[in-house]
Amino acid sequence: MATNEEVKTKKYTAKDFSSDQDVRWCPGCGDYSILAQVQRTFPEIIEKEVEKIVWISGIGCSSRFPYYMNTYGFHSIHGRAPAIATGVKVANPDLDVWVATGDGDLLSIGGNHFIHACRKNVDLKVLLFNNRIYGLTKGQYSPTSEKGKVTKTTPFGSIDYPFNPISLAIGSNATFIARTIDRYPKHLQEMIKRASAHKGLAFIEIFQNCNIFNDGAFSVLTEKDTKDDSVLVLEHGKPMVFGKDSDKGIKLDGPKPIIVDLANGSFSKDDLLIHDEFSNEPILAMILAHMTDHPEYPTPIGVFRQVHRETYDAGIRDQINAVTEKRGKGDLEKVLFGANTWEVN
Amino acid sequence: MAEVKEKIIQTLSDVTVRFAGDSGDGMQLTGMQFSDTTAWVGNDLSTLPDYPAEIRAPAGTLYGVSGFQLHFSSLDVNTPGDVPDVLVAMNPAALKKNLSELRPNGTIIVNTDSFDAKNLKLARYENNPLEDSTLDGYHVHKVPISSLTSNALEGCPLSVKEVARCKNFFALGMMYWLYNRPLDKTEEWLKKKFAKTPELIDANQKALKAGYNFGEITEIFTTRYIVEPAQLPKGRYRNISGNEATAIGFLTASVKSKLPLFLGSYPITPASEILQYLSSYKSFGVKTLQAEDEIAGITSAIGAAFAGNLALTTTSGPGMALKSEAIGLAVMTELPLVIVDVQRGGPSTGLPTKTEQADLLQAVYGRNGEAPVVVIAACTPTDCFFQAIEACRIALKYMTPVILLTDGYIANGSEPWKIPELKDIPDISVSFRTETEGFFPYLRNENLARPWAIPGTPGLEHRIGGLEKADITGNVNYDPDNHDKMVHIRDNKIKNIANDIPELKVEGDETGDVLVLGWGGTYGTLKDSITRARAAGYKVSQAHLRYLNPLPKNTGDVLKNFKKILIPEINLGQLAKIIKSEFVISVEQFNLVRGLPLKSKDVLGKIIELAGGNNGN
Repeated sequence: MATNEEVKTKKYTAKDFSSDQDVRWCPGCGDYSILAQVQRTFPEIIEKEVEKIVWISGIGCSSRFPYYMNTYGFHSIHGRAPAIATGVKVANPDLDVWVATGDGDLLSIGGNHFIHACRKNVDLKVLLFNNRIYGLTKGQYSPTSEKGKVTKTTPFGSIDYPFNPISLAIGSNATFIARTIDRYPKHLQEMIKRASAHKGLAFIEIFQNCNIFNDGAFSVLTEKDTKDDSVLVLEHGKPMVFGKDSDKGIKLDGPKPIIVDLANGSFSKDDLLIHDEFSNEPILAMILAHMTDHPEYPTPIGVFRQVHRETYDAGIRDQINAVTEKRGKGDLEKVLFGANTWEVN
Repeated sequence: MAEVKEKIIQTLSDVTVRFAGDSGDGMQLTGMQFSDTTAWVGNDLSTLPDYPAEIRAPAGTLYGVSGFQLHFSSLDVNTPGDVPDVLVAMNPAALKKNLSELRPNGTIIVNTDSFDAKNLKLARYENNPLEDSTLDGYHVHKVPISSLTSNALEGCPLSVKEVARCKNFFALGMMYWLYNRPLDKTEEWLKKKFAKTPELIDANQKALKAGYNFGEITEIFTTRYIVEPAQLPKGRYRNISGNEATAIGFLTASVKSKLPLFLGSYPITPASEILQYLSSYKSFGVKTLQAEDEIAGITSAIGAAFAGNLALTTTSGPGMALKSEAIGLAVMTELPLVIVDVQRGGPSTGLPTKTEQADLLQAVYGRNGEAPVVVIAACTPTDCFFQAIEACRIALKYMTPVILLTDGYIANGSEPWKIPELKDIPDISVSFRTETEGFFPYLRNENLARPWAIPGTPGLEHRIGGLEKADITGNVNYDPDNHDKMVHIRDNKIKNIANDIPELKVEGDETGDVLVLGWGGTYGTLKDSITRARAAGYKVSQAHLRYLNPLPKNTGDVLKNFKKILIPEINLGQLAKIIKSEFVISVEQFNLVRGLPLKSKDVLGKIIELAGGNNGN
């Protein structure tokens, strides 16, 4: 058996995070890329020993994720991963707790747990595999499916409006909010690293292609000839430029973002909106989030917002310590015999 | 000043008092103060708070009436009393709502100030019952409590409204005089309660004393009563409610198992108090998480159990329904978890503040799939302490969810408790798996319990979840034979626990005409009725189940020795159903689902009917 010293100095490789279980996602599924990027990134970002990492998931294709990671894992019940993860983290704040979840799991049946985990700022890393469809139940529309979508349960087109997960996370006061795409491995790795370094609830929406039930949902963002004009890569402190030849930019007209042409000489980079991840006000992040709802805008990816607030788990621990320091360590005899007692002789 | 007449002093062995008034009149507080003082002077007692679900229903209405019944005695007390001897009615609605319950020839103390036209109308009295024949046959003491209170508080800096709110302490003082109890305990309590507002201490203390002195000088009361201390076993005592006993029981289990306590819970009547009590024990390292909903309450606890805490969730019937799926997850992942259901009237929202025993089948069977769990129940307020510890012991030893059933009556009711010595409570031994050699997540020990290998342990990284597990390895497995095997293993694990719980005890003779078999909060009532039946010569015995799944292994043998089995329950026969199917015998039932404890006279009537005797006189 390895000694503690050896364990601490051990360098991990991607392979160390791969479990002995066969991966059972459909060939071509975007989930493979996410798993690969996580396993590639973990040796770099994990400061703790592998045994301190826990993956929690709910139900759905994405929620099989913990089985494929050679860490502690819990594949739970539909929608409840954030609540279970909260219990794990509060019980032992020394653990690194990651949640793998999907659009149905997190935003439909588990919506309540998600918004409250955000509100409480539990120190969890939540990876949303958003494929805008119910895959494991074979093709019903999800809470992120676009309006009008034809699926098995909406043969005449869906009539409900989708959630915007980034907007929901901002509205719920999550402290780290980012988006990336399964087909952008480097960017995906970068977002995982950033989330890992964040203290508090880190939320990453990952656009993930379901090649069986919703193939091509994000192709405009991933295909060679369209992606540059359709994706806006957010970088802190940089002007918002996009387009194949970096010839377009985003500028604000009041609260409304407008697309300007940088090629015709009317506007330069100096006129553009500068990204500020760390703004205390959620306004910029919210404007960027809602660009996703309008096809005329490019889709922003990157870190929308990162702020710092005490975490829930640390709050619980600190309160216990403060009360214990003030009153002394609990004495059960005092609880039992403390109140209004009398002697019968 | 009028000459004070000498009062007659009479000794009683047994008194049941009911305080009743508006929800805002402080009747619960008055009742609890009277209980604490009564316990302190050494009487045995049992209480029954009975209040509406509305926090402050419109003043003066019938549905806004809040009551607190207290039975105290120099003898052994098992129930809060079938019928009150004394009714303190603070307004016409309280009188109307409670009069029919009062014993014939009983005593009524009314606040005459509240019997005005408006309040009489709200209580739907066409005539003033103090002036017509409504109260004929009762001893009625008419006391202008409101005006006497405001007279006593003349010149104090409180508003008129605040002065009016002190009237319950006047009533309490009067009752203290009547039953010869000291004021000290309540005065101490006032000083603590209102430490930051000395004017409230002063006012309430004045009202309390004014009530006491009024008893002394008024000619309304000619008799004063003494109830001698009860002959209780030697020891140090306190008065305790079931919910507080449950909370302290869990705290004790945490200390005895050396595991941090984690409670994930969502507020719900009548269980919220357990969350409240436990949230005050921070200096014991207790973590309480007030969750966003019932489901998060239990699932966060499941997460905490996975991570190695002593994990609990507390709720009532509607919350149990919401937790069902997660209980199944705890069954499948075989994690230690305690679920408390403080039962209330159902179905649906039902009667939130009233008691019932109708969640038994939900607890035993209410899940998808074959999902056996241990179900135990507390039978008195103080038994909640021991059953909370027992639930933890079983959950930790067998790696299983355990459901602890209590109910609104024992949760809110209180009784004197001989405080146990900590050294007499055994340690709960827990060992986390650390050895990597030969580790498999679902390799079992002699109790069929799997190892508890918590995250953070090097070399034992593994995955669990709600999908069926392969025997031993715990990997996901859909093989038909494996499933059948695992279903049986989970079932046997729970069944085997019958070897590790006390046998069912018979109170009274081991054989006879009728065995009264009960479970949960009806214990006191059944004991009372059986004592009375036996005194009248009937061959009746009592057995009370504290373990519902598995049942004590001698249960069948106990039942065989009686001609008839009577199962009284505050439901339509849920234990009866279990007993009938388990032992294929016929049983007699007594079921009354009124949201209130059973009355011993009613059960007695049924016993007599079954025993085939006359009326028992």
